[in-house]
Amino acid sequence: MKDAFGLPQSLLVLGGTSEIALATARRLIARRTRTVWLAGRPSPALERAARDLGALGADVRTVAFDALDAESHETALGKVFAEGDIDVVLLAFGVLGDQAHDEREPLAAARVAQTNYTGAVSSGLVAARALQAQGHGSLVVLSSVAGERARRANFIYGSSKAGLDAFAQGLGDALHGTGVHVMVVRPGFVRTRMTAGLPEAPLATTPEAVATAIEAGLRRRAETVWVPGVLRVVMSALRHVPRGVFRRLPV
Amino acid sequence: MPAETVSVTGWGRTAPTTARLIRPGTYEEAVAAVRDCGARGGIPRGLGRAYGDAAQNAGGAVLDMTGLDRVHAIDAAEGVVLCDAGVSLHRLMEVLLPLGWFVPVTPGTRYVTVGGAIGADIHGKNHHASGAFARHVPSFELLTADGTVRTVRQGTPLFDATAGGMGLTGVILTARVRLLPVESSLMAVDTERAADLDDLLARLTGGDHRHRYSVAWIDLLARGAATGRAVLTRGDHAPLDALPARARKAPLAFRPARLPTAPSFVPGGLLTRTTVGLFNELWYRRAPRTRAGELQRIPAFFHPLDGVPHWNRVYGRGGFVQYQFVVPHGQEEALRRIVRRVSERRCPSFLAVLKRFGEADPGWLSFPRPGWTLALDVPAALPGLAAFLDELDEEVAGAGGRVYLAKDSRLRPDLLTAMYARVDDFRELRAQLDPRGVFVSDLARRLSL
Repeated sequence: MKDAFGLPQSLLVLGGTSEIALATARRLIARRTRTVWLAGRPSPALERAARDLGALGADVRTVAFDALDAESHETALGKVFAEGDIDVVLLAFGVLGDQAHDEREPLAAARVAQTNYTGAVSSGLVAARALQAQGHGSLVVLSSVAGERARRANFIYGSSKAGLDAFAQGLGDALHGTGVHVMVVRPGFVRTRMTAGLPEAPLATTPEAVATAIEAGLRRRAETVWVPGVLRVVMSALRHVPRGVFRRLPV
Repeated sequence: MPAETVSVTGWGRTAPTTARLIRPGTYEEAVAAVRDCGARGGIPRGLGRAYGDAAQNAGGAVLDMTGLDRVHAIDAAEGVVLCDAGVSLHRLMEVLLPLGWFVPVTPGTRYVTVGGAIGADIHGKNHHASGAFARHVPSFELLTADGTVRTVRQGTPLFDATAGGMGLTGVILTARVRLLPVESSLMAVDTERAADLDDLLARLTGGDHRHRYSVAWIDLLARGAATGRAVLTRGDHAPLDALPARARKAPLAFRPARLPTAPSFVPGGLLTRTTVGLFNELWYRRAPRTRAGELQRIPAFFHPLDGVPHWNRVYGRGGFVQYQFVVPHGQEEALRRIVRRVSERRCPSFLAVLKRFGEADPGWLSFPRPGWTLALDVPAALPGLAAFLDELDEEVAGAGGRVYLAKDSRLRPDLLTAMYARVDDFRELRAQLDPRGVFVSDLARRLSL
């Protein structure tokens, strides 16, 4: 169960090798979390992540999960929830793609969309139903500022995150009053493997900062969390910049 | 039987979960509710004054017992009442005071049920003299997980598991409660100020045995030499001959006044260090340096907050956490350290209460033990509060103390065994009595009770 401060005792990460998710797990283990499920494609990286978290004192288990294989989501998540309540589900999988390449290869672009959006729709709904049955829990969805307004530089990724973000908001409204809380997290540029080698955007942040913001958001039962917080203001301004001007902005 | 799916929290309004709320109106309906509560079990609930998650059951059933609220029989000669578990102490006072009887133990609110009073084995300002509530209960009827109703008598393992057992052994249907004879409904109250914590502890140690009721309000925002300054109030039921002529005409009248309900929406951040500090200053200065024999009505002495229905809303949407612990006699140093840390941290806590407990109670998970107990309220949104209270827990456990489960909403589960030595006996009895885990609550899940 979550305590009065929203700190969970059990955590399920969808996308078990995500650096943001692992930073969040480390932070929550330092508080109350004792059970962690890492869901992801079986790999040495997933096992290593489990070992590292286990060394912090949590009971960590892995479960095979593939965002692209929607038909398997029911079984994979069902296995986790059958073992006991999950206080927080962190939906953290996602791929950035390679914009220039993906524009030339529509199949590669579709894969980005399938992972980031379709995979989240299916697994998000499965998780939401399980949380609803247990009458409590949070579904934390890692969205991105990129979804707030699509930019020329990465609109394939951005549009997939826009879809995910809209889905998560709607799901949050649908679950309002069921005891299940949906929190959309919109980080800016996060320094991770995924963004390594990319030119850093202004207001860049770290996985640890996102983890801190997630913990604070759980305490407040927030519906939207921006990391860093100032992005809320920046993005609400950027949203209203006319297309012609936005196109030329160096963002 | 009506059932609706609702969001449920404790009095602190933190950690909401959803459950089917069932309101049995007869014992048969209560039996049916327990039988049909489903895979995620059920938990009885009274008036919802437990601060944390003791009367919540996410995804399962919550049995609102306030529909079973009959007073069956009053033995006015012996001073014993037989009533349903859903009867509130408020109702009992209304019924019993005119007959010259008072409830044996009352906490800071009258709006708790008899079932809840046993389930949390509540204590009052008279613990040093009278012990906790269940000590005054010769027997009760308990509806257990198998659907049978058993008469449970004092001194048996099932009684001691249920007293303080947070509703996890079954649903109490009726109880016998031994009452206290009183000559009037007024209290004769002595008030004095204590300049600091040492002064306060000395006064409590020296004078508690002379009064049935004793409690200190302590200013946790005072620092330096004033750390732990307090207003100490002690009282007894006023005898008839202490009453002025006018009051003697109706010495047993009980007419509590109520102020308007707190609004349902209160902006967060009202209770800051500044506002609470100001309140504390006024409250301390308002109290006389010393005054003896002042006559007060029962609500003013015992239940000042009951005058404002839903006062818990004052903390805003974020809710609040109440922290109550006890440390044994001889551990005054630990108490001093905790008071100093709370003062230095400037937790905006008003109405923090310090009291001296008497003999331990037999309930396996009963909270009181001989020593010092401090209770404080803090807004849950206070930054760093989770980690700070964890540190206080370590201090409390290290001193051989414990925190109160009826108020808990955040204890680290592995500290429970250190605090409650008989928790394993409790788990074993529950495993035998309720192998399918029919009775379960969010508290039970969180702490693996």
